[in-house]
Amino acid sequence: MEIVRPTDLSGALEALDSAPDATVLAGGTDLMVEINFGHRHPEHIVAVRRVEELTELNGRIGACVTWARLEQGPYRALAQAARTVGSPQIRAAGTIGGNLGTASPAGDGLPFLAALDAEIELHSAARVRRLRWDEFLTGPKQNALAPGELIHSVVLPDEIPTRQEFGKVGVRNAMVISAVMVCVARFDDGRTRVAVGSAGPTTLRVRAAEEMISAESSPGESALAEFQRLVSEGVNPITDHRSTADYRRHAAGVVARRLLERCL
Amino acid sequence: MSDVDFTLNGETRSVSVGTTQSLLSLLRDELELPGSKNACEQGECGSCTVLMDGAAVCACLVLAADADGSDITTVEGMASGDVLHAVQDALVAGGGVQCGFCTPGFVVAAAHLFESEPSPDRDQIREALSGNICRCTGYGAILRSLEDLAQR
Repeated sequence: MEIVRPTDLSGALEALDSAPDATVLAGGTDLMVEINFGHRHPEHIVAVRRVEELTELNGRIGACVTWARLEQGPYRALAQAARTVGSPQIRAAGTIGGNLGTASPAGDGLPFLAALDAEIELHSAARVRRLRWDEFLTGPKQNALAPGELIHSVVLPDEIPTRQEFGKVGVRNAMVISAVMVCVARFDDGRTRVAVGSAGPTTLRVRAAEEMISAESSPGESALAEFQRLVSEGVNPITDHRSTADYRRHAAGVVARRLLERCL
Repeated sequence: MSDVDFTLNGETRSVSVGTTQSLLSLLRDELELPGSKNACEQGECGSCTVLMDGAAVCACLVLAADADGSDITTVEGMASGDVLHAVQDALVAGGGVQCGFCTPGFVVAAAHLFESEPSPDRDQIREALSGNICRCTGYGAILRSLEDLAQR
């Protein structure tokens, strides 16, 4: 086997079963960069974009659903996040499954998945299992995918928060990897979730800020300020070529507060 | 090596490609179509933009072997014989070219926009070209050329 281009799920799982070390190719926007730069030399590739089941967007999000499709909805904050991914060319090819496979702390779709407590469904020839987002994302560019396993879909909970907002800070609008990004989701009863990306080894939730603001039915200035402070305090950023830890910490709080205000 | 069949600028092609070869490398190095430019090899610059099954994508990010079965149009496929595509014509008329290196990518991205939206406004044009980088025109002449086309 060099490359296999299955058209159905069983074909993809059979291919991965016979070559568990095979590299899975979806939109190629991450993998091809690594190949072009000589960082990866896969001998076996399973190209999954023809697998119809992986392109379904109906209650769950198939791994091969592109950013271009997610931009159109139905999930507001995920659509907002999708629109910030790369460029039209990247969004036409890149997929949410690729975001999970790459598991970058800067994955634009991941804060939404974290805020909704999404589960990731993994299939192999032997079994199907679901991991919650934080069981799946285990570290920077690390996930819990086992050899022979395929990211099948994102499974969202039945209860989707009606108010949800995503925001991202970077040096320009297009073609930018975030310095920091935030997703805030609020249920009608006030329960609030806040997930932050590019501010720790993996996407993270700031539970202290969530607990505080969830108890506020109509937060005033002091509650909003406290929410912002708790988000800044609760992130764990580093300084790198894209931004500093101090800036990321500050921006995470500011963006989280703004998004929360839009949710109220 | 892997055998690939696809449609390229309206013609059926069957070629043998390397496992990790990009579509861009296949087009430029083997199929003698150097119009799609090779610059960043990471999807940042848009100079290698082609249409693949109706979507504008970066050819550097397409695995050639995964292009099997698809319908690909490169900048070489934009004109009909000696008659330029309307976007090419507009860029010539409006001076929307300086060194020309990025131009093929802009042509394909803009042609893709005008296919779905014949009269785009400035924001739609800017959005559609946001994945294409030009280092010499400052974009002004490109945008004006395409705005002129949108108003025709």
